[in-house]
Amino acid sequence: MNLGYTMKVVRIDKKNWVGDIENLSRSYRLFGPVKDDNFHRFEELDKDKLPDLDYFNTRLSPKSIVYPQSETMFEYCLDERKKDHHVMKEASKDYSQRAVIGIRPCDAAAFLLVKRNFDTPECKDPYWVKAYEATTFVGLACNNPHSACFCTTAGCGPFHEDGLDILLIDAGNHYFAKIITSKGENLLKAAGWDTKVDAGKEIESMKQNAETGITSFIATNKLKDKITADLFDAPFWEDMAFACINCGTCTYACPTCWCFDIQDEVHGCSGTRMRNWDSCMYPLFTLHGSGYNPRNTGMQRVRQRFMHKLKYYVDKYDNGIQCVGCGRCVSLCPVNIDIRKICNTMNSYEK
Amino acid sequence: MQNPYLPYPVRIDEIVTETEDKNLKTFKLVFLNPADEEKFYYKAGQFAELSVAGKGEIPIGIASSPTEKGYIMFTVNKVGLVTTHLHSMKEGDVIGIRGPLGNSYPWDILQGKNIVIIGGGFAFTTLRSSIVYMLDPVMRPKFKDIHVIYGARSPEMLLYRDELAGWENSSDINMHITVDATDDPDWKYNTGFVPTITEQKALPGNAETYAIICGPPIMIKFTQPVLDKLDYAHDHIIMSLEMRMKCGIGMCGRCNIGKEFVCKDGPVFTLAQLDKMPKEF
Ligand SMILES: Cc1cc2nc3c(=O)[nH]c(=O)nc-3n(C[C@H](O)[C@H](O)[C@H](O)COP(=O)(O)OP(=O)(O)OC[C@H]3O[C@@H](n4cnc5c(N)ncnc54)[C@H](O)[C@@H]3O)c2cc1C
Ligand code: SF4
Ligand code: SF4
Ligand code: FES
Repeated sequence: MNLGYTMKVVRIDKKNWVGDIENLSRSYRLFGPVKDDNFHRFEELDKDKLPDLDYFNTRLSPKSIVYPQSETMFEYCLDERKKDHHVMKEASKDYSQRAVIGIRPCDAAAFLLVKRNFDTPECKDPYWVKAYEATTFVGLACNNPHSACFCTTAGCGPFHEDGLDILLIDAGNHYFAKIITSKGENLLKAAGWDTKVDAGKEIESMKQNAETGITSFIATNKLKDKITADLFDAPFWEDMAFACINCGTCTYACPTCWCFDIQDEVHGCSGTRMRNWDSCMYPLFTLHGSGYNPRNTGMQRVRQRFMHKLKYYVDKYDNGIQCVGCGRCVSLCPVNIDIRKICNTMNSYEK
Repeated sequence: MQNPYLPYPVRIDEIVTETEDKNLKTFKLVFLNPADEEKFYYKAGQFAELSVAGKGEIPIGIASSPTEKGYIMFTVNKVGLVTTHLHSMKEGDVIGIRGPLGNSYPWDILQGKNIVIIGGGFAFTTLRSSIVYMLDPVMRPKFKDIHVIYGARSPEMLLYRDELAGWENSSDINMHITVDATDDPDWKYNTGFVPTITEQKALPGNAETYAIICGPPIMIKFTQPVLDKLDYAHDHIIMSLEMRMKCGIGMCGRCNIGKEFVCKDGPVFTLAQLDKMPKEF
């Protein structure tokens, strides 16, 4: 819930940071960025481990905190002598409250985009929804955005607050913490942060400074009015997709991709039903048992990815594109396929 | 929060081998917990996920009719991992079913109309459900003429042969059974492909007449122009689509055509709806 009044800001002295995190770890499972060779990744923080906030962003998005790459749905026994053999039982799960410290605003906003898929009036994905509801998102504003970031034209920004419960702003030897929701308020109490300050002006100027650091943009204003079939049949896809090796890096790294597969795994007389991230970049994704595949070619799969993010999603939810501008796929694609270029091409395409 | 992925446990009550090549078997399933049967309230045209512990889940059209109580029936073609395993199972074995899923045929709209059912091969399953449903003594007065054009490669490949024979003898329904070819001198019905028989036997299109088509892509491809010729408006042609599926509830992302998920927004679409969607199925 968003707090309706003028937002509260507290100052957190970095001197006390270690103790504050320790306080939090008593009432939350904590997650944060940690350094792993040359890159950072999000992981659950062991006791006494601090989030490393001196980072630009992680290679993989933090979606796994709510939506693990592989998770158990059900367990069952295949031994016919046992009671309830072959009957699926819910796997036990830990949905105690957790907090992620230092998530970037774009990655937090991505959860709101994904929520539209997993949390609908007719049907809720219990794993995603319960994990999401158990999580408090403590963001870290981007003072120095990267050259591949295009968040400001993807409905988001370096100080963006939607999807966050608290926004931390690094101001040298202290952080400002902007309290955005009641979940954030609860975390504030658990950490013992109570030095209220009036830093509105200072934060605003840091925000403007960060926004001018974004130098890369996309145009999305005409996507909604395009006719789906025109974009689908547009002549540019072959060219755009030519170099793609269908590796799936883009969809795995993406904070807004949510597709999954369901697979059974058997170990002796017991088994589990798992769900694993999947990707529309792979031919098996749509292969029928008969051998027929409606997306048989690499071009068709690349087209699906961009049509989903930039047209189908736009039409389905009437709430912008399925992209927050984090720039991961731009940086990581081995053949330099660039969603910014494709988005602009789609946006300006006239049949 | 209810878990939409959790299947109801069911027992295989009866297995019937339908076709001479033994590739199609019908499974009659009974709920282990009788209360689950009430929760599994379905309409003709919907499907379910059959769950085989250790192997996986498959989307299969419901072949029984909601008017048949005490069991649920599916007819399964043997193609890959899960279907092959199912074919090796015995009566009494325990599997799971999850559903009902997807939209049914639009029964509210179909009431009071002539219905022309056109089916080919093993896609006849939800059409059987629909026929049994409409022929129920309580339901039959709610529909005008019912025509069924159903074709298979050969007489031995037709599903539900005993029932077909019964329907042939009923005045409530006009059957036009056909096979591609046969050397059986006693074959009393049609020979020829489904589109040809449709052209000869189907009612002409009008506001009061709806066609429901289910079959292999090739049959659909050649039947469509015939229906155009017979003046069927595209919103009076109803089809059921097949896509690879996993979740069946619009979550896993794999069965989309454009912005629609076939599992949740379909699998039943009118041709008028399909005309507006990307041609990717
Ligand atoms: C709405 C709907 C209704 C269907 N009704 C019937 C029916 O009444 N009778 C029947 O025999 N078949 C039906 N099918 C097709 C049936 O689902 C596939 O033949 C079956 O999933 C193949 O599974 P497999 O494990 O044997 O094959 P594999 O090729 O080993 O497939 C592995 C997995 O891929 C998925 N998959 C593969 N092919 C398909 C496919 N064509 N459609 C959906 N998922 C697929 C399944 O999750 C399957 O477990 C229907 C499909 C849909 C979408
Ligand atoms: S782009 Fe592909 S992998 Fe990502 S959510 Fe869309 S369909 Fe799924
Ligand atoms: S990362 Fe690049 S090459 Fe790999 S699937 Fe995505 S677009 Fe294709
Ligand atoms: S089968 Fe998962 S979205 Fe349709």
